[in-house]
Parts: sequence; C-alpha cells; structure tokens
Amino acid sequence: MFDSLSDRLQDIIRKTSGNDKLSDDNISDTLREIRRALLEADVSLRVVKSFISKIKDKVAGEEVTKSVTPGQQLVKIVYDELAELMGGSNTPVSTEGKPNIIMLFGLQGSGKTTTAGKLAIKLRKENRNPLLVAADVYRPAAVKQLQTIGKQINIPVFTLDNSSDVRNIVSSAVAHARENGFNTLIVDTAGRLQIDNELMAELVILERLFDPAEKLLVIDAMTGQESINVAESFNEHLDVTGVILSKLDGDTRGGAALSIAHATGKPVKFIGMGEKLDALEAFYPDRMAQRILGMGDIVSLVEKAQESFDIDSAKELEKKMRKSEFSLEDFMKVQKQMKALGSMDQILGMLPIPGLNKDARQEIAHVGEKQLKRIEACIQSMTPEERRNPDIIKSSRKKRIALGSGLPVDEVNRFLKEFENMRKMMKQMADLSSNMRKNPKKMSSMMNMPGGLGALKGKFPPFK
Amino acid sequence: MVFNLFKKKDNQKKEDNQDTLQQEQQANEEAFAISVGSLKEKVSKTSEGLVSSIISLAKGSETIDDDMLDDIEDKLIVADIGMDTAVEVIEKIRGQKNSIRPEQLKDIFKQEFVQILRGAGSNKINLKENQLNIILITGVNGVGKTTLIGKLAHRYKSQNKKIIIAAADTFRAAAQEQLEIWADRAGVDIIGKYDSDPAAVVFDAIKKSKDESKDILIIDTAGRLHNKFNLMEELKKIKKIIDREAPEALAESILVIDANTGQNGLKQAQVFKEAVDLTSVAVTKLDGSAKGGIVIGISKELNLPVKLIGVGEKINDLKDFNAEDFVSAVFD
Repeated sequence: MFDSLSDRLQDIIRKTSGNDKLSDDNISDTLREIRRALLEADVSLRVVKSFISKIKDKVAGEEVTKSVTPGQQLVKIVYDELAELMGGSNTPVSTEGKPNIIMLFGLQGSGKTTTAGKLAIKLRKENRNPLLVAADVYRPAAVKQLQTIGKQINIPVFTLDNSSDVRNIVSSAVAHARENGFNTLIVDTAGRLQIDNELMAELVILERLFDPAEKLLVIDAMTGQESINVAESFNEHLDVTGVILSKLDGDTRGGAALSIAHATGKPVKFIGMGEKLDALEAFYPDRMAQRILGMGDIVSLVEKAQESFDIDSAKELEKKMRKSEFSLEDFMKVQKQMKALGSMDQILGMLPIPGLNKDARQEIAHVGEKQLKRIEACIQSMTPEERRNPDIIKSSRKKRIALGSGLPVDEVNRFLKEFENMRKMMKQMADLSSNMRKNPKKMSSMMNMPGGLGALKGKFPPFK
Repeated sequence: MVFNLFKKKDNQKKEDNQDTLQQEQQANEEAFAISVGSLKEKVSKTSEGLVSSIISLAKGSETIDDDMLDDIEDKLIVADIGMDTAVEVIEKIRGQKNSIRPEQLKDIFKQEFVQILRGAGSNKINLKENQLNIILITGVNGVGKTTLIGKLAHRYKSQNKKIIIAAADTFRAAAQEQLEIWADRAGVDIIGKYDSDPAAVVFDAIKKSKDESKDILIIDTAGRLHNKFNLMEELKKIKKIIDREAPEALAESILVIDANTGQNGLKQAQVFKEAVDLTSVAVTKLDGSAKGGIVIGISKELNLPVKLIGVGEKINDLKDFNAEDFVSAVFD
C-alpha cells in the first residue's frame, strides 16, 4: 500500500539529506519530485497543487532554520501535511437511531457487498446486533451474494422476495429489526454512477425517509483522478458521513485516500485490506502518513496481533519457547495464528525494516510461503507422537515422512535440524517478545537490536 | 415509523406517522427534483472536456508557450492518461511548437493519441472459423468481468455461434449465480462447480467444448489483485491447462479494466500480461464520468490493443473499440 509513493518520497528525502541547508534549488527539485510522485499516486491534481503550495510556504518560512537537519525537517513537513490532508482524526461509527441505520453506497464494483459483511463482523465485535439488508435489486445475484456472506459470518440477512422497491425493503427491514431485537441495520445498496439521475434519486429518497446515522461511501482504492468527482457528487447529494476505501491490499499507491478526504472533508473510516471477511481495518491518517514516509506501521501490527492472538495460548507457547519445549505441534499452531494476521507480505509491509522495499518484501514472502507449505506437508506426514517429540525421528521414520510428504529425505533431515536451531533461537525471541509486550512502542527499535529480527537473517536458508 | 422528510428543507420536527403514502410521494418528488436539478449542472460541468479547455487556452494567443503546454499536461493528467505518456506527447509537441499554431493543437493531440492506440495492434477480436476459440477473461476485483461475459455471450449467440461459458470464479460468493443469470439471459450453456479448483472447471469446460464442437468458450475467472502471488499462480495454472488441453485455441486473453482506474491500471496490465499472456484489453463502465485514459498508457507501454468497451448494464451495452471515437470522447 502506498509503496511506490513511499519509495519515491524516501528517495527524495535521501537525496536532500546530504545537504546542509534547503537551498532554493533543491527545494524546487524536491517539490517537483513530490508533485510527480503524488500525481503518479493518483492524488487529484487540485489536491496536489494545494499540497505543494503549503509545503512551499512552510519551507520558505523561518521554520527551516530551526531544523536539526534539512532532511529531517523536510520529512516532518511532508509528514504533517500528508496527515492533515488525509482528514485529521477519525471518529467511531455512530450508534444513533433505533435501529441504528448504516447505508453503504458507491459506484459499481467498488466492493459494497463484501464491505457490508466485513462491517457487520466489526460491529458484532463491538457487541452490537447487526442485520444485513439486501437492497441491491438490480445486479444479478447481488442478494444471493449477501446471503452467502451472511451465512459465512453467521449474521442474518433481510431480503424481500420479488420486491424491487427499495423503500419497501428498508422499511420492512426496520420493522423486522424492531420486532426481533436487531439494533443495527447495514443497508447494501446497488452500485450506481454518480451521474445516473434516477438511481441517485433512489438513494436521496432512502436518505430522506430513513435518516441513516451513517452514510458511507465505498470507493475503490485504485480509482484515478475521477475519485474526487465521484466523492464530491455523492457527498453533495447525500451528505456522506464517511468513506470506506476498499481493495487497499493491492499495490495501488492509493492517492484516492488523500483526494477524497481533502475534497469532501469527510473522514476515511475504514480500509478494506483483503477478501477475507475480517479484513476491514480502521484508517488512521497519521499512521498512513508515517507509512508513506517509510516509518512503518508498527502500531497497526501490534493492534492486529492483539486482536487475532489468543492471549492464553500465546502465553503458554511463550513458556514452552523459553524452556525449549516448543514442539512441531506448537509450530503448526503458531503458523495458523500467523496466517490469521495476514499474508507474510502484508505483515512484512507493516514492519519498519530498513532497506526492505516492496520487491524484496514480496520475494521474501514468496520464498517464505512456499517453504512453509513444504514444511507443513512434512509435519502433516508425522504421527502426533513425532510432532510432540521430534527427537524420536530416526532414519526409518524419516524415510516414511519423506514418502508421505513427497519431499526428499535430506530435506526432511534439514528441516528437523533447522527446527532444533529454531527452538534455541525461540528462547531468545521469547525473551524479546516479553519485553515487547511491556513496551510496544519500543518494538521498532528492538527490531534492529542484536538478537532482534535482524538476527534471523540468513538463519533459514531456503529449501531447494 | 419515523420519517424525517423535511430535514433539509424547512427543519420541521420529525413526525410519527402511519399514514405515510402521501408524504412519501411528496418526498419522492421533492427529492427527485432536487436531485435531477443539481445533477444536470454536474453533468454539464464534466462534459466540458479536455479539448474545449485546450481551445480556450489557445484562444487569444499567437504562439504556443511553455505555460500553455504545462496547462495541457495538467489536463492530460486529470484524464488519467499518466505522467509518462503525457510528458512524452507534450515534449514531442514542444519540439514542434514554432511550426504549429495554437488552433491546430486539438487535432495534433487527437492524432497523437489515435496513433498510440492504433500502434498497439488490431482492435478486432481474433476469432477463427471452424475451430474452438477460447476467450479468457481476467482482471482485478469489481471491474465488471461477469457482466462483460454476459454481453459477449449474447453478442456471439446473436451471430449463431455455439457458445459455452466456464464459471471458473469458484471463490466469490454468488459469482456463479450471477453468471448463470447472464448465461440464461443470453441463452447459452454454462459449466461450473462450487468450491472446486478453477483449473478443474476449465479442464471440464474444454472437454465439453470439444465434445459438443462449440465455436467459442468464454472463461470467467475470479477477480484478483495482481499483487496476490498465489492467486496469480492459480491463473497461470488455468493458462497452462488451456495450452495443454487445447493448444492454439486461445483466441483472446482479455484483461478487463474499469474506466475509473488510475495509474495502477498499468501495473495490473503488466502483471496480468506476464501471467496469462494477454492479447487485449476491454474497458468497462465508460458510461460513467471517467474517461478511461489509462488504456492509452496501457496501449503504449505494453502494446496491448483495446478491443471492447462496456457502456452500461444492459445486455446490448457492449461495443467494439474504435480509437477515433474513444479519443474524441476523451477530448471533446
């Protein structure tokens, strides 16, 4: 996410870091590069212009002389402006209304139906009792899609058979919610063009009739310059309360995030980070700005880890790690939890590892994930006893495991050896992680400490 | 039930009312009037296109100066044409600026972009007579692959071709139902299985196509972001199955691009091209306000011709791509 923009800005900042002072020359070079970077990131031209002029003013002012180094100063200025541009502070989803009505709308294919499911899970986690409402009466099988999603996440979906009247659907849903104790309605509407009068009128009517507490515009993060017009138009007619930026797990530079927030003044409330139905995350402009500038997004990672890790079993694992009792069974458990965090690429992307650009990250993730699959096959071919106590695996067992997993014997051998090494290292890591939990803010600096993540380098030669 | 009908207009208090019919009606009309009025304004605003601004820039000026070209560069960027392509075309014209007059700018720009679009190759769908033609449809999520396939099936059905659709999106909820509805509308066969390996669906579909001597097999695939390694590997596997089971039959490998797509479209095209050896691009949602300028960059950088455009949600809303019409729509 924002990779290329981030890479480019880092590059620019590195170039100016060598200079003692920001001269007129290197300011204008830098500004031109920033302008280009932002435009290539699909930030709307209008927003880019105002961004550049703000930076220009700040750099030209006396603030420059107060800097420690010009490079740091520039980082600070660009970071502050980016964060401000992306809409200031985030506000939680409104709980007002009985029932509370949340309406989702946007262009076709922006991801409304998937987002509706994700949002339902999110709100259920906050102890709300959501009902999904299928109000897309146009797209073939849209209702069925929402029903399927509802079934997957075990959240009821309200539908009205043979009705193409969305007012009727929503008002029946409201009545149904009141009778059956649902306190939140998530209304999935059909995708529409902001220039389609008839369909925009349909939304306006729903808005007037039901006065939704949240009117959320879902926008594809890959949208180009048009994002600003789409957002402005929906906002003009419906007085949007917030934006959900979908498909941000792609490699789009995501300039739309900057443009929409700037143009409408409405916050980006959530970002869609994958096809899994729990892949909806809160949007934090300051973190995003940090991320753009290559500072990593360690806070998000820590929060995500807290959400998906079962604390008790994590503690138990840690104990085992420390005593070197960590078994292959435990290893599989950890793997499962890691997967719940996201893909390896996603996780690496959140870590501020110096010099780890996107390509390198994807390569590591690719090699790593491939390797993990082989390891999984290897472990799955073991008996429970072997998993608990790998020491008993001697040559005939190794042969059997190799046969079962389709791997050569020496690979099984190598894996077992490496597992033994890993156990030792885990003891180190366990000590490190207990420090981390005490002070998550220090996590990033610890990553670079001896024995931290850097110490892992080269310890796991890839399986061939 | 609480209806808040006049929230914006005159701030009356919320009314509890069971007898809502009349009020609903009133609200409808009111809302509609407000909506239509301001929308019209909006539409006329967006239809004031690129070229009219080029002309207004050029008016009252005897020579083409750098500021004028910088402004035009801005306009090109706003049309999603992309920095590299925009800069290249601008620089080319900057080089000739002393030999052209401002009022010629419009035609010169149009010509440049038509040339780029034509340079990528024929804009005609490549179909062979008396043999199976496979059309593979790929793209990121939500670009309109399934809808495009429905329209394409309808088109070939109307030409009396024997068609079958393979529902190889076995991942997204209700994707198969959506495609079934389209197949039904078009009156063509469809093959697919829930929760199965998409490559297996393709394998079965090819076999069935051969057995029943179909003319055209259209393969729908799940939307996927091009940076998802495993999903792109899955696509490669599908391509491999096609090459193995029906060599020479892959008539078109089409990437579907949403007209709203920004610069990421280039990356999409690049990665999909590597994975499934794309032969062309289809642009969808051109009935919206976005101009789809990214396909100019795609044609230029990746030599992929645009062959189809989607202009609506109805079964007939599919058109062949025409470079001149497209450029005119972008610029006029």
